[in-house]
Amino acid sequence: MNLAEQLPVIPIILPLVAAPLTLLIRPGRAPWAWVTFISWLIFAACVAILADVAANGVISYHLGDWAPPIGIEYRIDLANALVLALVSGVAAAVFPFAYESVRTEIDDRQSPFFYTMMLINLTGLLGVTITGDAFNVFVFLEISSISTYALVAMGARRDRRALTSAFNYLVMGTIGATFFVIGLGLLYQATGTLNMADLHLKLAGLNNRVVEAGFAFILVGIGLKLAMFPMHLWLPNAYTYAPSAVSAFIAATATKVAVYVLVRFFFTVFGLDFAFLTKAFTFVLLPLGLAGMFLASLVAVFQEDVKRMLAYSSVGQIGYMLLGISFGTEKGLAAALIHVVNHGLMKGALFMAVACVVLRLGDQRCDAFQGLARRMPFTTWAFVISGLSLVGVPMTVGFVSKWYLVNAAFAAGNIAAAFLVVASSLIAAVYVGRIVELMVLREPAETASGSRPVKEAPWSMVIPMWVLVIANIYFGVHTEFTAGLASQAAAALMTIAGGR
Amino acid sequence: MIDFAFIAERYNYWIFIILMMIGLYTVISRGNLIKKMVGLNIFQTSVFIYYISVGKIAGGTAPILIGGEDHGEEPAAEGVGQAAPALAQSEALHAEPFPKIEGFEANDLSTALSGTEPGAEAGHEALHAAPTANPPLTAPDEALTTVPPPSFDIAPPADAAQHAAGAGQPLDALHQTAEIIYTNPLPHVLILTAIVVGVATTAVGLALAVRIREAYGTIEEDELEAADDIAEFGHAMTGKAGA
Repeated sequence: MNLAEQLPVIPIILPLVAAPLTLLIRPGRAPWAWVTFISWLIFAACVAILADVAANGVISYHLGDWAPPIGIEYRIDLANALVLALVSGVAAAVFPFAYESVRTEIDDRQSPFFYTMMLINLTGLLGVTITGDAFNVFVFLEISSISTYALVAMGARRDRRALTSAFNYLVMGTIGATFFVIGLGLLYQATGTLNMADLHLKLAGLNNRVVEAGFAFILVGIGLKLAMFPMHLWLPNAYTYAPSAVSAFIAATATKVAVYVLVRFFFTVFGLDFAFLTKAFTFVLLPLGLAGMFLASLVAVFQEDVKRMLAYSSVGQIGYMLLGISFGTEKGLAAALIHVVNHGLMKGALFMAVACVVLRLGDQRCDAFQGLARRMPFTTWAFVISGLSLVGVPMTVGFVSKWYLVNAAFAAGNIAAAFLVVASSLIAAVYVGRIVELMVLREPAETASGSRPVKEAPWSMVIPMWVLVIANIYFGVHTEFTAGLASQAAAALMTIAGGR
Repeated sequence: MIDFAFIAERYNYWIFIILMMIGLYTVISRGNLIKKMVGLNIFQTSVFIYYISVGKIAGGTAPILIGGEDHGEEPAAEGVGQAAPALAQSEALHAEPFPKIEGFEANDLSTALSGTEPGAEAGHEALHAAPTANPPLTAPDEALTTVPPPSFDIAPPADAAQHAAGAGQPLDALHQTAEIIYTNPLPHVLILTAIVVGVATTAVGLALAVRIREAYGTIEEDELEAADDIAEFGHAMTGKAGA
């Protein structure tokens, strides 16, 4: 058996097999080391896949050697290769990071279960991204979601509200997934196939009410999963009360993967000549994207809890992605894909910085961040740089995203949207600036200095965090990598979608 | 003007929609976490029913080979209680390779669909048209049972086929078996997967409810909110707590 031929299945098989094995390992450092090792292997495989796709074009892997329309196909083009690299990359940074944080936040006896869940979650996210079969998306989506519910609930040791937020997330997530299945059922009824490429062929020219209803169900279902603005209610609580390492991981990956699924269904399955799609762009994605950008960002400004603030900011940032998609142009789609990757990088780094603070101070409220620059300089500057990236300051990835988005807005003739993007960035500047001011400019609070000195976070946390921070800067300067690949991916998607 | 026949014909969709709404309403309106989980379950089950009813074709049988080399002997033997006619049956089937193919084709929703023009209701129409376009399932069975006169005793298979051809009836049987309708198995398989997912979700949800009960001493949503408010602000808030 040639390993290179089997490469596409490795990111799925490896964590899926490794996850139950993790349960057999004695609690302590071993499960963590094992999981970290696996995550690096997966990252290597995903980078190899990305390189392969960039060089040789689309990979189609037939699972069990069954030919596509009937068998399950893993179909990797640039768009999902990029998301694969992002998800596995964030995993490769968060998994080594998790050890110290998890040790303080989770009962030690539970640690094998925790890392098992993390691997299963990773399997689900990678599976959603890699597969070319519509029903497979649902299965992997639920694999990742159900493990996320359990992971969020593990925050109960610090705050019992983790349990109720996990429960609410479960209810909403299940409704979303079930809507998605109803949509798939309608599409299957209309076409008799579940393979995405095959669906696209058979849906061409089909504009009846069954397909329209299927589209609507899929839009709402995935909208719930990606926390589209009015359906985001599960997100802030889940991110706030989850263990810090989990927040860092799911904030950087889960919603991004859902955005990818939306893009995949819109452009690869339905295509632009499906009349309903353009209506959905103008009447659903555009207004909801804009509303999310402003309202969620405004709510973020008034949060006392830094994790909750970042969670609301995530809802706002998803607004940018939806806005980019809603233009229905190649540039807009490219901007959305770029922001998917970039937002993963910056939110990952920000949540990791908060995790460091939580580790040392046991508190995630704004007050705890006061005067941290003296005591935890590495953490502080990581937060500052990735925060600036979130705002969209030049030399960071955030700027690249905003640049492409504003460009796309002008190209689409929607000048108002371009200004709104800039205006909402100013709101981001307010909520990030508030925390940065507390950290850098204020003197430390008296009580904190009196009792025990606060140390910098351990190296096992600082190094992975700074890897992401440096990625924020590196990809902000060397734009040809993310932006270049995302533009090519968008061009390829538009060709399939039959766009202008 | 309400087309009652149109509505009544699609009763499976009505069952699905009503169950789905009952489930969704329960999830939204009930404050008790267990009731919410049950509502969620009903909601999911409605979708299972939808998938299963979509896959079912009127008069269709389970997707197993009927009248094939190995399995064909049984119904014939049952019907007549003799070995020779069964042999004749299987030989006759050999003449026509893979008789099941046509049955499958008739089952393929896409081909059925492409036959009709894409209109507002094309999907529905095609689906409902598909089963009626084929002869009902009972036909082959009847044919099998009425096939050979019991006087055939131990004739060699080829002869039996000849005789049968002469008799005229088994040819009919052959013709009929070629058009056995199979219920589409794929939605059923998909729903098996979805049922597993649903069971897992329910298990996690109920486990969370147990943990919530341990942590809060209640599983009523409003009491949980009040408990959180008291913990955070020192008193219960009237109305919804600020986000």
